[in-house]
Amino acid sequence: MAFVKGLKCRECGREYPGDPLNVCDFCFGPLEVIYDYVTISEVISRDRIAGGPLSIWRYEDLLPASAEDPVDIMAGYTPLMKAKNLGKRLGLNNLYIKNDSVNPSFSFKDRVVSVAATKAVEFGYETLACASTGNLACSVAAHAARAGIDAVVFIPADLERGKVIGAAVYNPTLVAVDGTYDEVNRLCSEISDNYPWAFVNINMRPYYAEGSKTLGYEVAEQLGWRIPDHVVIPSASGAMFTKIWKGFNELACLGLLDGVEPMPFGADQNTVHHPAVTTRMHMAQAEGCSPIVWAWENQKNQIRPVRPDSIAKSLAIGNPADGIYALRVIRESDGSGYAVPENKVVEGIKLLAETEGVFTETAGGVTVSTLKYLAESGAIGPDELTVAYITGNGLKTQEAVEEVVNPLLVKPMMGSFEAALESRMAAGV
Amino acid sequence: MARQRVRFTFSADMVREPIIYRLGHDFDVVTNIRRADVRADMGWVVLELDGTDDEIQRGLTWVADNGVRVDPIAGDVIEG
Repeated sequence: MAFVKGLKCRECGREYPGDPLNVCDFCFGPLEVIYDYVTISEVISRDRIAGGPLSIWRYEDLLPASAEDPVDIMAGYTPLMKAKNLGKRLGLNNLYIKNDSVNPSFSFKDRVVSVAATKAVEFGYETLACASTGNLACSVAAHAARAGIDAVVFIPADLERGKVIGAAVYNPTLVAVDGTYDEVNRLCSEISDNYPWAFVNINMRPYYAEGSKTLGYEVAEQLGWRIPDHVVIPSASGAMFTKIWKGFNELACLGLLDGVEPMPFGADQNTVHHPAVTTRMHMAQAEGCSPIVWAWENQKNQIRPVRPDSIAKSLAIGNPADGIYALRVIRESDGSGYAVPENKVVEGIKLLAETEGVFTETAGGVTVSTLKYLAESGAIGPDELTVAYITGNGLKTQEAVEEVVNPLLVKPMMGSFEAALESRMAAGV
Repeated sequence: MARQRVRFTFSADMVREPIIYRLGHDFDVVTNIRRADVRADMGWVVLELDGTDDEIQRGLTWVADNGVRVDPIAGDVIEG
């Protein structure tokens, strides 16, 4: 069962029932889920979690939807790999990769959509919807198929074919909107006000975003109920960044981390910071769309929206809904932000693939390039426990790395093969 | 009548312009500010607009044409 008490405005603190709402009626601030942590603390334990399914639903006590009959395509419980080769290259002896690119629809979005879809079914919705340029569209369409409900997915008309197919295969109603990014954005916002659909990241957003906390829980559990000294996280809306931080703090407050005493959550659950949570949160954005990092670098307390122009399209949110809260987490955790030059994104993808055998999308390239920068600048010490989050699969953005295809072209004869091999070796590539 | 919730973001050179006053004065739109943070170098305002669909759209087009960014209140809803 879910231990949800209701929703609460992050700005003015007004409380609402646990309905499909995302904005405070009074001040238009974002709503967040509030939990009955007293009851949770009485039932939750490491053993109870270990006895749960090998998916995000093992953390059901800390999620806002009931796990009795979840919409589950087995999102989560993805590998945490010790990255010896990449670590050696970067001078980091204690580096791990959280490989979330192996989720069922090949991105971390399965975590958040599984929670949103379960909640949507619980509310009685018959249609799951979203506006997306890729990963979210695939995940929404897949989860709707699993739930046996309709899916309506809005995409820009010029979206790459591979991404369109990745969503269309699940047979949603695919709506290609012929307009600018801003126009698509505005239209979808208006549609969400006028149709009785569960838009996962609009009216379902408070529940949806909570799914990202599982990225924090899993890393802690996989490290033996410890949390890292540093994490490097790619950011678009900033929601995942804040929720991983929240996840670490929930575990600490509930006494689930090794050697950490529990602590009451206090009045504002969403900003609780247990002193034992000393993880430094590092944000990775691409230079072509880095409004949160810009605010951090320039010591601003507001996010200045930008028009995205980046190769990392899954991170291209110019007006990030949770930007200001993510900025606070960077500061509170003594973390940092880095805007990766666009021409370094592909380098990051190739570095991870060549060293660890993990093929990530452009967002992962941004993460690895940020990790490299942090290691080279000394922000991360050689022996500090560090986790880099890889959130999407490289098969989704193959066009970004087409340059790697350079085969030896040979005739079906030994002589031809040997001549080609010799020529390649002489060229030193 | 229609109602729309929007967020205006002002750059430094627009912060001193009475955009919201003129939106209510020059268009048949009622403006209702709910939250704002306006500083010397930038600012934002979230507000509710009441009027006919056409008049709200005409007003928002005028606001955008004057260099103010207009967004849904919940930020970008398109995700990767």
